[in-house]
Amino acid sequence: MQGNIACAEGALAAGCRFFGGYPITPSTEIAEHMAVKLPKLSGTFIQMEDEIASMASIIGASWTGKRAMTATSGPGFSLMMENIGFAVMTETPCVVVNIQRGGPSTGQPTMAAAGDMMQCRFGSHGDYSVIALCPSSVQEMYELTVKAFNLADRFRVPVFLMADEIIGHMRERIIVPDTVEHHERKSLQPGVLPFHPDDDQVPGFPEFGKGFGVHVTGLTHDERGYPCATNPKLHEQLVMRLYNKVEQARKEIADYEVTNPDAELVFVTYGSPARSVEQVLHDTPGKKIGHLRLKMVWPFPEHAIREFHDAARFIIPELNLGQIAREFDRHTSVPVVSVPKLGGELHLPSELKKLIGVNE
Amino acid sequence: MSYEDWYRQDRLPHIYCAGCGNGTIINCTLEAIDEMGWKKEETVFVSGIGCSSRAPGYIVTDSLHTTHGRALPFATGVKMSRPEFHVVVFTGDGDLAAIGGNHFIHACRRNIDLTVVCMNNQIYGMTGGQGSPTTPLGALSTTTPFGSAEPAFDLCELAIAAGANYVSRWTSYHVKELTKAVKKGMETPGLSFIEAMVQCPTNYGRRNKFKQVLDQVEYIRSHSMMRQKYLQLMEQGGAVPDNTIVVGEFINRARPAMGVPR
Amino acid sequence: MRHEIRFSGFGGQGIILSAVIIGRAAVMYDSKYAVQTQVYGPEARGGASMSAVIIDDEPILFPKVTMPDIYVIMSQEGFEKYGASAPEGAVMILDSTLVHSRPACTFIEVPATQEAREKLGRDIVANIVMLGALVAATHVVSETAIEKAILDSVPKGTEKLNLSAMSRGFELIKERGTSS
Repeated sequence: MQGNIACAEGALAAGCRFFGGYPITPSTEIAEHMAVKLPKLSGTFIQMEDEIASMASIIGASWTGKRAMTATSGPGFSLMMENIGFAVMTETPCVVVNIQRGGPSTGQPTMAAAGDMMQCRFGSHGDYSVIALCPSSVQEMYELTVKAFNLADRFRVPVFLMADEIIGHMRERIIVPDTVEHHERKSLQPGVLPFHPDDDQVPGFPEFGKGFGVHVTGLTHDERGYPCATNPKLHEQLVMRLYNKVEQARKEIADYEVTNPDAELVFVTYGSPARSVEQVLHDTPGKKIGHLRLKMVWPFPEHAIREFHDAARFIIPELNLGQIAREFDRHTSVPVVSVPKLGGELHLPSELKKLIGVNE
Repeated sequence: MSYEDWYRQDRLPHIYCAGCGNGTIINCTLEAIDEMGWKKEETVFVSGIGCSSRAPGYIVTDSLHTTHGRALPFATGVKMSRPEFHVVVFTGDGDLAAIGGNHFIHACRRNIDLTVVCMNNQIYGMTGGQGSPTTPLGALSTTTPFGSAEPAFDLCELAIAAGANYVSRWTSYHVKELTKAVKKGMETPGLSFIEAMVQCPTNYGRRNKFKQVLDQVEYIRSHSMMRQKYLQLMEQGGAVPDNTIVVGEFINRARPAMGVPR
Repeated sequence: MRHEIRFSGFGGQGIILSAVIIGRAAVMYDSKYAVQTQVYGPEARGGASMSAVIIDDEPILFPKVTMPDIYVIMSQEGFEKYGASAPEGAVMILDSTLVHSRPACTFIEVPATQEAREKLGRDIVANIVMLGALVAATHVVSETAIEKAILDSVPKGTEKLNLSAMSRGFELIKERGTSS
């Protein structure tokens, strides 16, 4: 199965019943598959006039209680930024898939990159926090899409599936489970103000049509949902809650794999470069090499670094100029070596072996 | 029930300036809804950014006050996902015709079963009176200090060309006609576009020689011409006075529509 | 045993589909592992198109083909771009109707397009003739597996034509084997 199709199938299995999108290489297969499948499941597929509208449509659908998703790539992702901020501010659960391609601008439509990792974290204006997942196999395109919906509903934030063209277009073996985990969106309790948070900082969801009469605004709002845009204290409290509800749950949200935690030399990967590093580890059984494979990059799982207690060097191959290496470096005193790669091709195992002094 | 029962009392007073025409339009819309007998829990208001877009915040139903220009795609998501909901969009000339122009065209083309009420004050009121796509040629605003040099948009003709099923234009003076038009729009499957010309005394009237609120309302009244009369005049090759506001029902048709409840 | 197969031809020949079919045969019917990837540009037709499959008994880690041991080449431009550099130890199956050059490595000439046009009446199935020849020559997947995978992948109503094309591919290799 192709990665993009696995993503669409994962979304359908997770109960996604609304897809609003705009065609863009290399993500289009997701929209095409949803267009075929959603009507048969009484869901809605709509091709919007652009990615701004796509993002708006899924937010609208989400407020009616539907699990909603869009899929895009760099240029479309840029257009979505404004309404991603709206989803953050209004605490609207939704899933945004980005099959990353080479940028800036139109760049390399058919080639892989991971240049949008910082954009997904910081791309909309203002301070906030989001969740971003990075699949490195077709199997994970399926599994992490399911997970994205569960996290979006749990934390009421946009959740990003930050894949790349290689994983999106690759076909490989996948095992489709009979059932998938499903976390219900927590409903607002009667009598509670619509934006009054529970202990986990996440308010119950006042679905449209249930009589809550909720006003949803992108303006700074109080717990009633009413605009209150000139009260400094209120704004600070709201933004801090939006930020902390994700950041303080980073351990709960974290998802990574640790190989050889006692190694001195440790690779750190997410997305398709993980496959290059796995090949290096496979090919050099005599050498103890650590591997931290992040399936979730945001919120950044800084505690995962501590799993490698003997680490002397972290090597981070990325399909960008070191976006996550820089973030990683902030959290450790151990030397971090960034191995950037642009152009659309994956790091060859031979390149990485050479880098760590293994001769083929 | 009356239209007053639809207001969110704990949100009042509102932010509109004294003499603003928007309140009239909101009253007319709520009156139409009341006559339709819609249930509050099945009615959703959606808006973008601007003075007009603040309206949903004063209404008791579920509502989305979204980003600038994007009310229609948000409303599309709501309506396509739950066609049984009645979805009303409040917007303004800047929101709908400038930043949201493309969404307007495509919502009309899809003919989604929405009621779109545009309060056209011919200015960006909330941000202090900049020129909009409907600012008349020659009119003064903070960004057209020597008079607007750009021809203005005719939003009703645009809606017709793009495919909306129901289109009419009235003004804040014509409250009975406007209420009827909004109601008729709500009864018509597909996209209904009702444009309401409104006075903005603070940011339009003040700069354009309307000393009192009523001066501008009187101007709107006296420059309004029924569409039938206008069409007759045009046919006869008669002269249409400058700055005429053509009012009335522009179209009522049954193009295929989306999001109509079964 | 890891096999890396590179397919190249011009857009519209079914180069990507060929790779998908053989990957499917390996995974679904031979219980092996396979990864299919491709290089594609903006053209839907024409140009040099390339796709690749890795077939292995073990899970495949690095998903890209770096050193193909099998080439299936169906156009002269494809040969020049993706086949000319084939290493000596590789095997190349080439459509001798359309490819004029010959590589330094071992190669097998299969007049697939001519066969498809003259014997089967449709040159569109030339890629399936090549797939038949590939399987008969290299055994990267079993003959029953490729047959099932072809049936899964081709449009309804064309099954017979495609199976004939596959069989013709098998035969071309077997005839060659007995004559040499």
